[in-house]
Amino acid sequence: MIKSELVQRIAEANPHLYQRDVEHIVNAILDEITEALARGDRVELRGFGAFSVKNRPARTGRNPRTGTKVAVTEKYVPFFKTGKEMRERLNG
Amino acid sequence: MGGKTVTRADLCEAVYQKVGLSRTESADLVELVLDEISASVIRGESVKLSSFGSFIVRSKGERVGRNPKTGQEVPISPRRVMVFKPSNVLKQRINATLVNGSEPPPES
Repeated sequence: MIKSELVQRIAEANPHLYQRDVEHIVNAILDEITEALARGDRVELRGFGAFSVKNRPARTGRNPRTGTKVAVTEKYVPFFKTGKEMRERLNG
Repeated sequence: MGGKTVTRADLCEAVYQKVGLSRTESADLVELVLDEISASVIRGESVKLSSFGSFIVRSKGERVGRNPKTGQEVPISPRRVMVFKPSNVLKQRINATLVNGSEPPPES
């Protein structure tokens, strides 16, 4: 399922909303999560899961083909931990 | 900043502010969006949200685990797990403020 299909499904369940409004709703949710992570905040959605940001310190990596050392700068990566209810429903 | 926790209530508020539905309806829609994503993943169908990321279902085979306290071996049954693969846009967005910005690193 891609974003437009998600929007369509929700619009079908809510005939009083325009598809364009539903698109704004989905984007508002995703933007809010993105902005929170960009501030370094955590996003916790009970029953679904939690998004957080993990720090990866700078390190010296190696080019696996040539073996030469390469400096890898510090970075942050988004991380998602599946919620308990979701984990249970996947195996129910 | 960093270290704050954003919840459903904040997502509802964002929808309320940006879309102009009632608070109740905003809350219902946030729930519906999460429910639709969950339902799709539970059906075994991945959800790809462009410029955000993908929720993917993976099937894991049986493996032998160990009780870390007692050291006893226990079989871990085959199971399905949900993983989130962040898009490059999301990764870049986060690094743009946290690495290049003036914000202190978050706890985690």
